[in-house]
Amino acid sequence: MQTHDKPQLKAEARNLNFYYGEAKALKNINMPIYDKKVTALIGPSGCGKSTYLRSFNRMHDLYPGNRYEGEIRFYPDNTNLLSPEVDPIEVRMRVGMVFQKPNPFPKTIYENVAYGLRVRGESNKRILDEKVEQALRGAAIWEEVKDRLQDLAPNLSGGQQQRLCIARALATDPELLLFDEPTSALDPIATGAIEELVHELKKRVTILIVTHNMQQAARVSDYTAYMYLGEMIEFGKTDEIFIKPNDKRTEDYITGRMG
Amino acid sequence: MQPMTTEQIRVLIARGKLKDTVFQALGIICLAIGLLVIFLLVGDMLMRGLDRLNLEFFTEFASRRASQSGILSAWVGTLLVMLVTAAAAVPLGVAAGIYLEEYAKRNWITDIIEINITNLAAVPSIVYGLLALGIFVYTFGFGQSILSAGLTLALLILPIVIVATREAIRAIPSMIREGSMAVGATRWQTCRYHIIPYAMPGILTGVIIGLARAIGETAPIITIGALTFIAFLPPVPFTATGMDGASAGLFDWVMSPFTVMPIQIFNWTSRPDPAFEVNAAAAGFVLMGMVLSMNAVAIWLRYRMRKNIKW
Repeated sequence: MQTHDKPQLKAEARNLNFYYGEAKALKNINMPIYDKKVTALIGPSGCGKSTYLRSFNRMHDLYPGNRYEGEIRFYPDNTNLLSPEVDPIEVRMRVGMVFQKPNPFPKTIYENVAYGLRVRGESNKRILDEKVEQALRGAAIWEEVKDRLQDLAPNLSGGQQQRLCIARALATDPELLLFDEPTSALDPIATGAIEELVHELKKRVTILIVTHNMQQAARVSDYTAYMYLGEMIEFGKTDEIFIKPNDKRTEDYITGRMG
Repeated sequence: MQPMTTEQIRVLIARGKLKDTVFQALGIICLAIGLLVIFLLVGDMLMRGLDRLNLEFFTEFASRRASQSGILSAWVGTLLVMLVTAAAAVPLGVAAGIYLEEYAKRNWITDIIEINITNLAAVPSIVYGLLALGIFVYTFGFGQSILSAGLTLALLILPIVIVATREAIRAIPSMIREGSMAVGATRWQTCRYHIIPYAMPGILTGVIIGLARAIGETAPIITIGALTFIAFLPPVPFTATGMDGASAGLFDWVMSPFTVMPIQIFNWTSRPDPAFEVNAAAAGFVLMGMVLSMNAVAIWLRYRMRKNIKW
């Protein structure tokens, strides 16, 4: 943990609005994302937290009719990730993502992790081997799979699949890693392993995590944002938000009176 | 309403079960009729053609004498025409299917294209024959060749290949596509590494089913002028042809005149000499065998390839 008060910014949402066709899903969101910290997004279903998360890697660009307004500034180079001039592929090369349901490709464990590198044109076997091992170690799954890298990934258990997906995202050294409810399909033991991993990963990478589970947010995050009906209600240090929320709505949600 | 007694409940169940039994029996009868017809057809052809089903039948050209006639030029022609058909229909159909599913924006133009593809599948095959006669045979000058026939049948099965490709692609969960895009892949990389390989079992099945339909088509082939009697094979690449001894090019065979199985059968059934009917039955049996084994290959391929693809 850093001791000084003002950590560096990694990204910042400024007046962010988002529309699914006519429906406004995000309303004027302003929020900092601090470098090498874990920021949790909490809020009831349909509050827009996944929509917000998926704006950071322009996932919405894959589907027609979606529209952003405002900016997501990305540092240190101060790029606006949402600018039409910025290619979404460039954004996704810098911002990795782990999905709600583990989604390994129906290929070998090795190829799953190597994929991001292959997409970047890497074909040197030695470099690939090295990077794949590094990423699998980083995702705390190396010991379990090192003897069966050529096995098909979908044959792994759910928790292993999710860690493999984390390794897949890590292999390309992203600057920001997005987690979209990564443990909602996992049992408590696999969930514990992922949470531990998130804690470990923040030494190297900035993390933004959506979670339904308040205990999880309290356990893994440094900062927490509470969203409701597409609005950012409250953002602050996790201990402050959970101990002494400023907004009545945040308090109601956290104490279980709502949501 | 009074609660039912056990006795009443039993009567009710018995009545329901009787209907179960009746429907089941009806279903089995309907199924049996369908199967019986196929077995009778194939069995009948086999019985009548059995005399001619020997090795020579496959290695002899058609002849004026029924007992010496074979299907050499017909099965070679069918094989080669199918080769051209597949070579033309697969890349076109698969590319069109991928484009429509992965690239095209949903708007009125794609809607029109979609309706057109559905309509194409319903166009009578003779119309394709007329179209091909005008375009391939005369305008492009391909003549009455294997190439013309192959391209005609390719047009015929194109909608089948496109629809099969699209359905196979739609069966791939969107989370796989998102997973690929999320690491920074382009649409083409996603297609090349994921969409095409995972859709391949479905595509291949569609292609083979399309070819199995094309293999029996007679009308369009007659329209473009396949010969009904042919006593030579297309030139084998790099072998001497004819009297000048010049070597045939790699693709000379595509311009060769040809005949195919259904035309050979049609030709034999229209002869007055009943001995040719035996030949027709035997050839019909062989054609059935070709179609059924293609379907068997499709099932086997699908099973083999799907084993390694799961989400």
